Amino acid sequence: MEKFTNVSGVAAPMPLVNIDTDMIIPKQFLKTIKRSGLGVNLFDEMRYNLDGSEISDFVLNKPAYRNAEIIVAGENFGCGSSREHAPWALKDFGISVVISESYADIFYSNCFKNGILPIMLSKEAIDVLMEDASKGENARISVDLESQTVSATDGTEYRFEVDAFKKHCLMNGLDDIGLTFQKIDAVDAYEKAQIKTKPWL
Amino acid sequence: MSAPKTLYDKIWDAHVAHEAEDGTCLLYIDRHLVHEVTSPQAFEGLRMAGRTVRAPDKTIAVPDHNVPTTTDRVEGIDNEESRIQVDALDVNAKEFGIHYYPVSDVRQGIVHIVGPEQGWTLPGMTVVCGDSHTATHGAFGSLAHGIGTSEVEHVLATQTLIQKKSKNMKVEITGSLLPGVTAKDITMNVIGKTGTAGGTGYVIEYCGQAIKALSMEGRMTVCNMAIEGGARAGLIAPDQKTFDYCNGRPNAPKGSDWDLALESWKGLYTDENANFDQIITIKAEDIAPSVTWGTSPEDVLPIDAVVPAPEDFKGGKIDAVKRALAYMGLTPGQKLSDVEIDTVFIGSCTNGRIEDLRAAAEVLKGQKIKNGMRAMVVPGSGLVRAQAEEEGLAQIFMDAGFEWRMAGCSMCLAMNPDQLAPEERCAATSNRNFEGRQGRGGRTHLLSPAMAAAASITGKLTDIRTFNGGA
Repeated sequence: MEKFTNVSGVAAPMPLVNIDTDMIIPKQFLKTIKRSGLGVNLFDEMRYNLDGSEISDFVLNKPAYRNAEIIVAGENFGCGSSREHAPWALKDFGISVVISESYADIFYSNCFKNGILPIMLSKEAIDVLMEDASKGENARISVDLESQTVSATDGTEYRFEVDAFKKHCLMNGLDDIGLTFQKIDAVDAYEKAQIKTKPWL
Repeated sequence: MSAPKTLYDKIWDAHVAHEAEDGTCLLYIDRHLVHEVTSPQAFEGLRMAGRTVRAPDKTIAVPDHNVPTTTDRVEGIDNEESRIQVDALDVNAKEFGIHYYPVSDVRQGIVHIVGPEQGWTLPGMTVVCGDSHTATHGAFGSLAHGIGTSEVEHVLATQTLIQKKSKNMKVEITGSLLPGVTAKDITMNVIGKTGTAGGTGYVIEYCGQAIKALSMEGRMTVCNMAIEGGARAGLIAPDQKTFDYCNGRPNAPKGSDWDLALESWKGLYTDENANFDQIITIKAEDIAPSVTWGTSPEDVLPIDAVVPAPEDFKGGKIDAVKRALAYMGLTPGQKLSDVEIDTVFIGSCTNGRIEDLRAAAEVLKGQKIKNGMRAMVVPGSGLVRAQAEEEGLAQIFMDAGFEWRMAGCSMCLAMNPDQLAPEERCAATSNRNFEGRQGRGGRTHLLSPAMAAAASITGKLTDIRTFNGGA
């Protein structure tokens, strides 16, 4: 996984609550056997008409947001299906930070495996950042993972919480499987004990 | 004496293979279920890193999301991308030596129906699958939840998951359900009460008299939709019904192993005075046969209610409801029982088991679906299908005008050819009413199998309590 670097860029405002992973990447694009190439279909049904033409008033189709790196979203972002295609599509489009009041658990966890930082902030902070985001290219939001802060355009800094282990992995681009193999003796020991006490497993 | 524990605490504690100082754990996984959509990238990752599947005997694969449900599917899958994905699972299952039920096998079906049916799911286990409806298996008192594809790869390689413990929530359903009210209505009403994010960060234990009274099939329906309330997992303490269901299944323990397992399973309950971070209590008598009206599973109301107005809500939900009503083509104040439907879908990991088919067939016996109605039954597995045929249910469905399909996920997520057209309105026994879920522009109303059957006859969302046959 690539190391997460700090972001300072345009943020797309998506105030809708409960944006689900079916919206982020509809099922017809889950038929791929690859991780890449999904960005063009990110938010497909909100972004394109049936004939494939763009829906001009959808945020990511507006000139200011075509290269957005951040999404500021309504609460419970990423609910529903566990499909990791959702963070794959976001990342492939160029989004590396999502800012919302809350996330669904599985989506939240999937983001960290793909170099995306999902930031949780209070409603008050989100309101300010949503307003900033609506100014398009005239407002850049900055995200610093090391210091765990988001800076609004007026310079106000909002501190966010992130699990120390997840932060460490994201900042160093670490592969979870490699890390777990360092502790594989514990898994071997667990299995040995389990065979004795629970042979039916 | 140690502190009292919840059922979740007990299963969690029994599966921690390693705990770091910050509480990050390696949780050992007893069963890993795999399907064709969320696994190809994980197997590819293993291959590229030169890794193997650590515990192929604990890994079970079945294609379900993409497979066509028409009987001609044995001749092959027309859609090239779907075919490639199913073929990839064939190849991966063979190459990595995991248990596999191919499309041609009568035991093939939806992964969450096949697991319990084949005795892979047992009490006290940890079960994961790259699918959010893995919560279903919690009905056995096993800790079961959905994971992403990176985690699928992690489990394949290490048989563990990196996890921090969730919080405990108790959802108690007291008393007895009234006639016409089902497990589906319980689970939808819980979501209506908590909201789709109310369970985020929690594992839910469902308990109370109404839960105890449910069959295993009903309990699976309840746990299945825990994820729609935001909870990664739902749990129900195992009891004699659970043990009877498991006993004799192909992969359940036998002989002295069975006795040993049973002894262990009898300790799977929440201790008296164990701490829950949140408790929700619902009286069973307060639950009515319910339907969804919007595009989120929390948008649920009793069938005798009317479509709400955006002003009935607060905050960001107001705009979401405006959008949902426009998408659904509904008007505030409109009676839900006046909403006319085009299509009925009975099936899915929520309601595709034999009991669900029996409930629907009971309503359809001697009846005909409304003229012009499109109606299909998609059994949850090949074995459910075979049993329904043996019991004469298939004939009832076909006589009524339903299409009798092969097993798979089908129109629950419409990855195969079973899809809604724009603005086509469907009464569905599945679990998600999201925009575009059953086909772009399609309109979904979630409900129980009996209510779906009644709707197919009247052509409208129908109150099963007052339904007395075709008009």
